[in-house]
Amino acid sequence: MDKPKIALYWCASCGGCEEAVVDLAEKILDVVNLVDIVFWPVAMDYKVEDVEKLPDGSITASFINGGVRLSEHEEMVKLLRRKSKLVIAYGACSSWGGIPGLANLYGREEILRYVYHEAPTVENPQKIRPQTETRAEEGITLELPEFLPRLLPLDLVVDVDYYVPGCPPTPEVTWKAIETLLSGNLPAKGSVLGALDKSLCYDCPLNETKPEKVLIKEIKRPHEVIADPSKCLLTQGLVCLGPVTRGGCGALCIKAAMPCTGCFGPLDEVIDYGGKAISYFASIVDYSDEQEIEKALGKILDPMGIFYRYSLPASRLRGKITIAER
Amino acid sequence: MSKDFEPRIIAFCCNWCSYAALDLAGTSRMKYPPNFLVIRVMCSGRVDPQFILEAFRRGADGVLVAGCHPGDCHYIEGNIKALRRMTLLKRVLEEFGIEKERFRLEWISASEAEKFVRVANEMLEKIKPLGPLKIEEVHRHG
Repeated sequence: MDKPKIALYWCASCGGCEEAVVDLAEKILDVVNLVDIVFWPVAMDYKVEDVEKLPDGSITASFINGGVRLSEHEEMVKLLRRKSKLVIAYGACSSWGGIPGLANLYGREEILRYVYHEAPTVENPQKIRPQTETRAEEGITLELPEFLPRLLPLDLVVDVDYYVPGCPPTPEVTWKAIETLLSGNLPAKGSVLGALDKSLCYDCPLNETKPEKVLIKEIKRPHEVIADPSKCLLTQGLVCLGPVTRGGCGALCIKAAMPCTGCFGPLDEVIDYGGKAISYFASIVDYSDEQEIEKALGKILDPMGIFYRYSLPASRLRGKITIAER
Repeated sequence: MSKDFEPRIIAFCCNWCSYAALDLAGTSRMKYPPNFLVIRVMCSGRVDPQFILEAFRRGADGVLVAGCHPGDCHYIEGNIKALRRMTLLKRVLEEFGIEKERFRLEWISASEAEKFVRVANEMLEKIKPLGPLKIEEVHRHG
């Protein structure tokens, strides 16, 4: 019998998710033994037309990382959706938008203007910008993909069957997800594969040092303190999002004395990760007076960047609501 | 802006103070704008910021959270938790592009029916000129 066919594709991402697959190290040989990789632009020389030639639904699973930001991404994920039995949002960007999704605080025109004209490192006196169509001298027309108005998580563009969280997903999580998929015993549609259904605190080696009631008087930014790696980081004033973030990462950041930034995303039933994170974190700021609360929370300079770092495009409001083309 | 724009405002009122104030306003036959859709919660500390974001998402033009005065909370400090949460949420709402007039946290005791009526009228007046809150549907399915 033919081996199951797998495709891997990247959209608006940094390449870390591709790296994460390679980080399976020798286990990647086990993967190749079990499946045929039919499309993986970063590592293998298959073309789009090779995918187009495959019968619809013939790919067992497509792992897609990165958010949808270009018309090219949209075309490719729709093609892969048609050709695949299962589509898996792989990594934080694909699942909820990720760091590139923070660009949803700005309109398309604002972004292009800054990147091509205003950024201090840019010199562009002719004000050249990429065009979707350019007439070249030889009379041929060159085409570039369109920059969409917003970045969208994969599930706002195509139907998504499963999610694999992380920025990037760890090799353990990736392997567990692959095992689940190949087991034939598929979980309910929309499930998160390879991770826990409990928060990071549950899995955190510092959990024992977390007092029953955590309260913070003074919020510290990571560069302001040399954290004691043997004590719950919250008790040291650091904004750790462990209590509202899905566990399963192995507490890698915590083990390096860095607070959780939330890359494994929300737990089931949470409809807006940032809203939940704000709810939890603000409630442990140990002041009762309005001015004092404001002052203490003022230490968080960029609440959007802290609480919606990986999930702005998947939030209830998706980003800045009035993206005027200024 | 259409002159007949009637905002829809969601009011989360705590069971012990603010909702009682609303009841009192009604039984005292005070008039307050019909634009307010009231949701009774046990405590303002029960109001998760997610509820407010969801209200805006689903078409609310404004959201009011009302609880007991500090020190009067039936659950001792639920309202203080609400204060902490809403203080942080306000900054995020601003970055989302939601005008600050659209969101308000108020302490309204069970006897302050008049305060509820005043707050409701003030909110309505401030939201009307802003017009409806428009949140575009962004998916690209199909």
